[in-house]
Amino acid sequence: MNHLVIAPVVLPATLAPLLILAIRYHLDLQRVLSVAGSAAMVAISILLLGQASGGEVFVYELGNWPAPFGIVLVLDRLSALMVALTSVLALGVALYAIGSKWDERGRHFHPLFQFQLMGVCGAFLTGDAFNLFVFFEVLLIASYGLMIHGGGGARLRAGFQYVVYNLLGSTLFLFALGTIYAVTGTLNMADLAVRIAELPEGDAALIKVGGVLLLMVFAVKAALLPLHFWLPDSYANAPAPVAALFAIMTKVGAYSILRMHTLVFAPNAPEVAGLVNGLLPPAALMTLLIGAAGALGSVQIMRMVAFAAIGSMGTLLVAVSITTPQATTAALYYMIHSTFATAAMFLVADLLIERRRDVGGALVPGAAMRHNGLLAALFFAAAIALAGMPPLSGFIGKLMVLEATGAHPISGLIWAVILIGSFLMILGFARAGSTIFWRRPEEATEKPEADDAVASAEHESVLALASVFGVLAVIVVITVLAGPVGEYLQATAAQLYAPDAYIDAVLGER
Amino acid sequence: MEFLVASSIGVLTAAGVYLILRMRTFPIIVGISLLSYAVNVFLFATGRLALNLPPVLSKDAAGYTDPLPQALVLTAIVISFGMTAVMVMIALSAYLTTNTDSADTNDLKAASGESAQAKDETA
Repeated sequence: MNHLVIAPVVLPATLAPLLILAIRYHLDLQRVLSVAGSAAMVAISILLLGQASGGEVFVYELGNWPAPFGIVLVLDRLSALMVALTSVLALGVALYAIGSKWDERGRHFHPLFQFQLMGVCGAFLTGDAFNLFVFFEVLLIASYGLMIHGGGGARLRAGFQYVVYNLLGSTLFLFALGTIYAVTGTLNMADLAVRIAELPEGDAALIKVGGVLLLMVFAVKAALLPLHFWLPDSYANAPAPVAALFAIMTKVGAYSILRMHTLVFAPNAPEVAGLVNGLLPPAALMTLLIGAAGALGSVQIMRMVAFAAIGSMGTLLVAVSITTPQATTAALYYMIHSTFATAAMFLVADLLIERRRDVGGALVPGAAMRHNGLLAALFFAAAIALAGMPPLSGFIGKLMVLEATGAHPISGLIWAVILIGSFLMILGFARAGSTIFWRRPEEATEKPEADDAVASAEHESVLALASVFGVLAVIVVITVLAGPVGEYLQATAAQLYAPDAYIDAVLGER
Repeated sequence: MEFLVASSIGVLTAAGVYLILRMRTFPIIVGISLLSYAVNVFLFATGRLALNLPPVLSKDAAGYTDPLPQALVLTAIVISFGMTAVMVMIALSAYLTTNTDSADTNDLKAASGESAQAKDETA
C-alpha cells in the first residue's frame, strides 16, 4: 500500500491538535509550524501528483479492510489535482494571514486552518460516500470556527446563518445517503457504481430520488442558484484570508458533482440519465447571471468579490454539467483558475479595506491611501483574472468552456450568458476600481496624513503583499503552462470517463 | 410499524422545517435538532425494519438486522451533537454582542448601533 496517499489527511490531523494542545499560547511557534505544515503539504501533493499522473489508481485501505467492507481512500488524477490545488492555495493564505496579522485578531486560527485542510483533502481523497459526509463535516466545523474568527456582531450573525444553512445541507446529505443505502446496500463509491448499473427496474425511481437529493447537497456547497443564499453574507463578513480559503470550499461541491456523476451515476445509465445534463445547465446559467449582476450592483467590496465568486462558480458549473471529456477538461482548468483568482481578489480587497480606514469596505471615494499605484495594479490583475479577460488564465478557461459547449443544443444561450456575464463583471470591477483608485471625496479633507501613516506603518507587512503576489503568480504560471496543464487535465477527464480502472482498483478483480 | 416510523419521520421533519423558517435563533436551533432526530430515525429504517433479530452473525439465528445503518446513525448522532453545541455557542455570542436574538443580518445596524469593536467591521 502506498502510505503517501493518506499523508494529506494525517499531517494536518496531527499538526492541529499539537498546535492547540501543546503550543496554544505561542503564536510565533504556531505560525512557524502552520507554514511548515502547509509547505510540507505542497511537497506531498506534488509527489502525489507525480505518482497519479501515470494513470494508475492508488487505493489505500484503512485498517487493511478490503474495499466494500472497509473505508478506502483513492488517489487518481482528479483527486491528486484537487489536493495539490488545496495545498498551494492554503500555503498562500496561511502566509497572508500571518503577514496581515489576521491570525492575531482571534484565537486558534492556525489549528482551525489545519483542520479545515484535513477535511478538504479528505473529501477529495475518499472513495466512500459516507466518509465523504464525515469529511464534509470536518471541513464545515473547522470553517464555522474560521468564519467567526475575530468576532464582531455582523460576523457572528452571518456565521450563524452560515452554520444553519450548512447543517440543513448536512441533514439533506444524510437523507440522500440513507435513500441510496436503502436501495443498493452499499456506500462505497465503486461498489455503488457496480450495483446501480445492475439495479432492477423497480428501484430506478428511488435511486433517482437519492441522486437528486445528493445533487442538491453538492449544489448547496457549490452555491448553485437557488441554493446560493448563504454565500454572499458569509463570504462578505468572513475574515478575508478565510474567505480566500473558502474559494476551495465551493470547489468541493463542484468536485463532488463531477466525481459522483462520472463514477457512481454513469452519464449513460438509464435510471439517472439527464440528472446532471438536464437539471444543472439552466441553474448554472442563472447562477452566472446573478453572480455577475450582484458584482455590478454591490456597494461593498467584499460583497462584490463574493458575488463574483458566485459568477465564476456559474461558469464552472456550466462546464461541469456537460458530460463530455472536452467540457470536463475545460471545467477542471477553469476550476484551478477560479480558485486562485477568487482568493487573490479577496486578499486584494482586504489590503484595500486595511488602507481605507475612513470608508472601509464601502465602494465610495475615500481619502488617498498608501501604495495607491501598487494596489491599483494588484486589483487590476486580479480583476482581469476573475472576469476572464486576456491575457490571464480566466480567458483561456472561458475560451475552453465556450469551445466545449459548441455542440450543445442550447450553445447559443450558453455563449450569450457567459459573454454577457463576463461583460457585467468587467463593468462591475471597472466601476469599483475607478471609484477606489481615481476618485477622491469632493471636499478634500486635509486629514493629518502623517498620523495615519504612522498608525498604519506598524501594520505594514511585506509578507502580506508578497503572498498576494504569490497567489497571482500561480495564475500567471497556469496561463504560461496552459499546454502541459491542459494535457494533464485531458488525461484526467479521460480517466474520469473510463471509470472501470477506478472500480477495478478499489474492488479488485471481479 | 412502518406507518409509525414513517409518520414520525414526517412529523419531525415538518416541525423542524417550520421552526427553521422562524426569524429567531432559538427556534431555529430547536428546528435543526428535530430535523437531525428525523434523519436519525430515517437512517435506522434504511436497513429495513426488523424486530428482535441479532445484528451480528451467529449460527442459530433466524435472520439478521443490518448493523451498518446503526453505525451510521451513531456517527450522525455524534456529529449533530457537536454541531448543535457549536451552533448554540455562535448564537449565544451573537446575542450577547448584538443584544438581539434575530437571525436576520439586515436589522443588525438598527439593533446594535455601533458594535464596531473589530476595526475590520464591514457592515
